[in-house]
Amino acid sequence: MNTPASPPSPYSAALSSSKIESHTLSVLVDNEPGVLARVVGLFSGRGYNIESLTVAEVAHAEHLSRITIATSGAPETIDQIHHQLERLVPVHQVTDLTTSARSLERELAMVKVRGRGENRADALQLAEAFRARIIDATTESFIFELSGKPGKIDEFVDLMRPIGLVEVSRTGVAAISRGPEPI
Amino acid sequence: MSKEMTGAEMVVEALKDQGVDTIFGYPGGAVLPIYDVLFHQEKILHVLVRHEQGAAHAAEGYARSSGKVGVLLVTSGPGATNTITGLTDALMDSIPLVCITGQVPTHLIGSDAFQECDTVGITRHCTKHNYLVKNVADLPRILHEAFYVASTGRPGPVVIDIPKDVQFSRGFYTPPAGVAHKTYHPKLDADLSAIQAAVEMMAQAKRPIFYTGGGVINSGPAASTLLRELVALTGFPITSTLMGLGAYPASGANWLGMLGMHGTFEANNAMHDCDLMIAVGSRFDDRITGRLDAFSPGSKKIHIDIDRSSINKNVKVDLPIVGDCGHVLEALVRVWRAEAKHADQPSLDAWWDEINQWRAKKSLAYRASSKTIKPQYAVQRLYALTQNKDVYITTEVGQHQMWAAQHYHFDEPNRWMTSGGLGTMGYGLPAAIGAQLAHPKALVIDIAGEASILMNIQEMSTAIQYRLPVKIFILNNEYMGMVRQWQELLHGGRYSHSYSEALPDFVKLAEAFGAKGIRCSDPALLDAAIEEMINYDGPVIFDCLVDKVENCFPMIPSGKAHNDMLLADLSDDAGLELGSIIDEKGKMLV
Repeated sequence: MNTPASPPSPYSAALSSSKIESHTLSVLVDNEPGVLARVVGLFSGRGYNIESLTVAEVAHAEHLSRITIATSGAPETIDQIHHQLERLVPVHQVTDLTTSARSLERELAMVKVRGRGENRADALQLAEAFRARIIDATTESFIFELSGKPGKIDEFVDLMRPIGLVEVSRTGVAAISRGPEPI
Repeated sequence: MSKEMTGAEMVVEALKDQGVDTIFGYPGGAVLPIYDVLFHQEKILHVLVRHEQGAAHAAEGYARSSGKVGVLLVTSGPGATNTITGLTDALMDSIPLVCITGQVPTHLIGSDAFQECDTVGITRHCTKHNYLVKNVADLPRILHEAFYVASTGRPGPVVIDIPKDVQFSRGFYTPPAGVAHKTYHPKLDADLSAIQAAVEMMAQAKRPIFYTGGGVINSGPAASTLLRELVALTGFPITSTLMGLGAYPASGANWLGMLGMHGTFEANNAMHDCDLMIAVGSRFDDRITGRLDAFSPGSKKIHIDIDRSSINKNVKVDLPIVGDCGHVLEALVRVWRAEAKHADQPSLDAWWDEINQWRAKKSLAYRASSKTIKPQYAVQRLYALTQNKDVYITTEVGQHQMWAAQHYHFDEPNRWMTSGGLGTMGYGLPAAIGAQLAHPKALVIDIAGEASILMNIQEMSTAIQYRLPVKIFILNNEYMGMVRQWQELLHGGRYSHSYSEALPDFVKLAEAFGAKGIRCSDPALLDAAIEEMINYDGPVIFDCLVDKVENCFPMIPSGKAHNDMLLADLSDDAGLELGSIIDEKGKMLV
């Protein structure tokens, strides 16, 4: 007999007790009008989280796009998201890269930092440590380009904040599985 | 062979090639080219509804009663938005529909043109799939694909939005010829290992139960036949959801009645105490499960469903079987026989003894009256007087719907059309019109409430125009009865806006439409009045004046478990004191 401690609602008690996990889902879709709206609408309509979302055409001749979604939720919720995505008519394949295979995740960010004197030197030093490239510079600013796991970018941005962070633009996560086989 | 024609001609050609003989629609500026093509042909009957919501529900009634795809044709803007409720209803209840909407010409899209709306944007959330056709070259493929997507896998509504210029453009039409869809290929057959595991679990079960749903009906009549065979082979008890009524006959020995919020005492207690639950084409929705953390706590659960996302959505199951109900049931019967399995008979006998004790509660009983017509009595008499006829029943939504489900008994699938998932008041009359068109010689009855029927009463005009002898049997208690019952349960009997004031005289209303009106308020005269309705060759509105304060029991109050049911109090005129039964958490639920 299951007797969970004070469920939030009598209806939602059974499946929502587990802890929250972050997962990256790779969704291969027909590149047709509205397909992104369908995927995003599924998330908003059913109350799922989107932490980041990346989409681009990956096979021009076959009209295929890959949507990479970083999401979070209880394992049962992630499972639901997976199967709800599979149900969409233009979806070819859904892969949970977090559970299915060893995968690589990368994100690109452009970070604008403003400052003079000591701050400028600090920024340059940190950029070197993070292997960030300078893609624009003025006498009082830099724009750094860096790529890596989302956590690395978070860390870099946090370090730049006291130095003179102006703004950040990030691409969201792109992911792929390791080894010779496709996802 | 491909033939050159206009987009509008392609639409009609594709409908013919898909075997469509009846469509429901309403013309307007953006679909005139298609209506012009309809004018020149006689193969397809176009039924002019009086409101586009009616077209959608009529197409649902047609589809649900015939097993075919229901088709509707409406114009852009308001024509399209008026179908939204019907499309959502079809999505929730898995009814195959193809809805063709006109759209403003391609070059005007996005300009806020007259009668423009973002139809694919608006309907994206209430369809299984939808299309905006921007090029006439894509139109034949999309038309055929729409029928394929609507009718395969878990069925649902599909919208095709066709701009007016595309309807005029010329292109080459190609017939369906084996649609090979790029991505959509639902899995029909289950893995043999899962079937074997299921058979093993069934053979070892001591307190098993079949819990079946609308998926069995959707799978086609063969699935119902196989279900009956499997129940006979195993001797297990069986209950069904609202949507699944008729798949197993209500007259069958193993039938426990409907389960869920207004299900029978024996069905719900058997669900709670079983050790093996075999869910077939049912989706564990909240009207069924009641309080989830107390839902059938001691059972192993097998879930057969064609929609993978239905599995483990609300209730965690032990053995998922993804496949079409018909295919899976066939495999279960085959393997059960091949392996010469038999049920654990001594345990099963003890289980039936227990069930029969619950049955003895007679949870559907009510206080009879010789003065007023009890709504349950009205449905029972309607059933008694029509059960040997070729009859199709539709309902609206509310107390009358539950009384119909409890007291009208179905022995065949596809005979019962009701709005289960969405709970759409106004569904029943147009659905009856659709069912009558699919079965012109049958007796089609909409069991209605006086509030619901007014939501799509304009469709009486349609019934008159096409000489459809649908019978509307209104259980008139002058209240939105289910709302009132909940106000009694949750809000101290403060009946905020649930009294049906300023009702029309339904007899005169019938006459105004050109139909027959009958009124009855005396139980002694009820049978004769029902006979009069049945024997009248044409549409009838039957205003059955019933007990105004009767509530619908048994009931699982919100937030309670299956074994925590409210039964009707038969001893006291005042009935149950409902005010204190639901706790604070339960009050948050619907």
